[in-house]
Amino acid sequence: MSFSVTEPTKGTKWFAGILVIGYACITLVPLLWIVATGFKSPADSIAYPPVVVFEPTLEGYVNLFTDRTRATPDMIEAAGPAETWYDQIARERGTVISGPSRYGERFLNSVIIGFGSTFLCMVLGTMAAYAFSRFKVPLKDDLLFFILSTRMMPPIAVAIPIFLMFRNLGLNDTHLGMILLYTAVNLSLSVWLLKGFIDEIPIEYEEAALIDGYTRFQAFYKVVLPQAATGIASTAIFCLIFAWNEYAFAVLLTSGTAQTAPPFIPTIIGTSGKDWPAVAAGATIFLVPVMVFTILLRKHLLRGITFGAVRK
Amino acid sequence: MAQIRIENVRKDFGAFNAVKSSTFTIEDGEFFMLLGPSGCGKTTTLRMMAGLELPTSGEIYIDGEEVGMKPASQRDIAFVFQMFALYPHMNVGKNISYPLRSQGMPKAAVKKKVDEIAEILGITDILNKPVGGLSGGDRQRVALGRAIVRDPKAFFMDEPLGALDAEFREHMSEELRALHDRMNATTVYVTHDQLEAMQMGDKIVVMNHGVVEQFGVPQDIYDWPATKFVAQFIGSPSMNFLDFHGMIGKGGNEVRLNDVALSVPTSIDGANGVMSFGVRPEHVRLDDSAAYRGRVKATEYLGTTQIVTLETANGDIKARVASSDKVSVGDQTGLTFDPRTITLFDADTGAALLSQANEGVLIHG
Repeated sequence: MSFSVTEPTKGTKWFAGILVIGYACITLVPLLWIVATGFKSPADSIAYPPVVVFEPTLEGYVNLFTDRTRATPDMIEAAGPAETWYDQIARERGTVISGPSRYGERFLNSVIIGFGSTFLCMVLGTMAAYAFSRFKVPLKDDLLFFILSTRMMPPIAVAIPIFLMFRNLGLNDTHLGMILLYTAVNLSLSVWLLKGFIDEIPIEYEEAALIDGYTRFQAFYKVVLPQAATGIASTAIFCLIFAWNEYAFAVLLTSGTAQTAPPFIPTIIGTSGKDWPAVAAGATIFLVPVMVFTILLRKHLLRGITFGAVRK
Repeated sequence: MAQIRIENVRKDFGAFNAVKSSTFTIEDGEFFMLLGPSGCGKTTTLRMMAGLELPTSGEIYIDGEEVGMKPASQRDIAFVFQMFALYPHMNVGKNISYPLRSQGMPKAAVKKKVDEIAEILGITDILNKPVGGLSGGDRQRVALGRAIVRDPKAFFMDEPLGALDAEFREHMSEELRALHDRMNATTVYVTHDQLEAMQMGDKIVVMNHGVVEQFGVPQDIYDWPATKFVAQFIGSPSMNFLDFHGMIGKGGNEVRLNDVALSVPTSIDGANGVMSFGVRPEHVRLDDSAAYRGRVKATEYLGTTQIVTLETANGDIKARVASSDKVSVGDQTGLTFDPRTITLFDADTGAALLSQANEGVLIHG
């Protein structure tokens, strides 16, 4: 273990600070723009020059979560006063709400498929990585290379075979099919990342646990897993982000029951004009779960806990 | 507490033979040292006793029961690792109580036992601390605590002082020995440090290249080494070897080196050919009138004694003499050797030749 003994100078700290803030601005501005667009009126959203100060409205969100039909002023008059605030917003635009949209369902599908495949990937990944790290597996290096090689082409290159396979197996447009697909794509990454983390955990911990009267499996989940928390957390975030954002396979393989949010959001455009605020609202809500997940796991990303318990 | 018996144990890692057919017995309550240079197979032997490696062939008995193929968790032994291997996600108390919790002991009993152990080791005040910030010595104590908390049949320690500072090792080795005497538990201790082995061990096994070279109490091993390797490995500076071509008859007690007759303990079998005349530095005296001659090459001052290196017709030799002796580089001087302490070695095989002086030690070893 080595530590830097030189404290950074004030100038260095300032420079580093400015760099980080500058980078944060560059990455955050597009995000903030999307969030802001979600609260704009359709006119403001396409105004040129772009408006930065605007009167916020929930119209985008109402449009995202509802289906509406166009109505003449007479019909609106005849329907009586609006019962809810979102009814009110719709009526101001000359429409009436005919029912909820499918965004909620699609979002839920994304949650089930994204988190389901991440969970499966972590279970299989930690166990495979542990086996590769600790046991004498015949042809270990070849197997590891084979696992890695599944990521050497873009997954979408095999879209057609997968489509045909899924059709024959009846996995088209099912949650299970999508979970299996994303797990398969992510597994090689997770095995490789996790193997690196597990390799770094000294084997003495498990040996100590074995001698202390635990079985191999108990040693694995009571001693190895807590120490691989950092690796598991960061790998899980990678897996989730991939599965959550995946678009091409989702478009190809899902249409109804198992459709996720990414292929759904673009369909908002076209049903009633280019409704940018609704699209932006959909994207904003779509960001939240990954953000929350990352924030929850953030404390595990600190390496501090394993520091110094073994002398190297 | 238990007797441990190793019979014809062998371990291969692929084509590499780490331990060759070893046999020895560790008596109940003994502090037993496995000594040898790195790569000699001592750690592998220990790990086989513990169940962390399986022997390729041979038997291991703990308390009369053959355990060679049993998993570590069923052998009821404790192991202290060189790196301590404290569980980093648990605090000191949790680390110590971990083996007890694996047995499903009730909480109150666990706490009582942990408090008792902490008291013995003097670590009561750090029970609630995380292990990350502990000093080397405290980590060592926690590792010991985790080992002794369960009253196992035997303690296995793999260079437990290896990771400590030199200054602290001395202190810890005393603490360890005291702990052993108090608990009277069979302890097997792996080290490459011959001083540590001599200091702490009741008995020592010296290993080299996977072979048990000698097995016995420290004094016997020091005085009557079975092989040139043992003679060299133990003692600092190590035993001197004067190589010569000559012969000694059955029952003979004299050899001729460079035409000077030197007395040796009575030989049992006799020998003819190239031999090594082995003598410890403290048994070499400088005596101007002696017939065997040497020239002083260097001197090393060590306080009360000094090490004098001399050049002789049969090779260099080191003598440990009093610092008050006046010796200067370039002096010609005579050398005498305490005849009762000499061991002759076969220069080819490195094995000690049996004499009346060492037969008692070597036949048992």
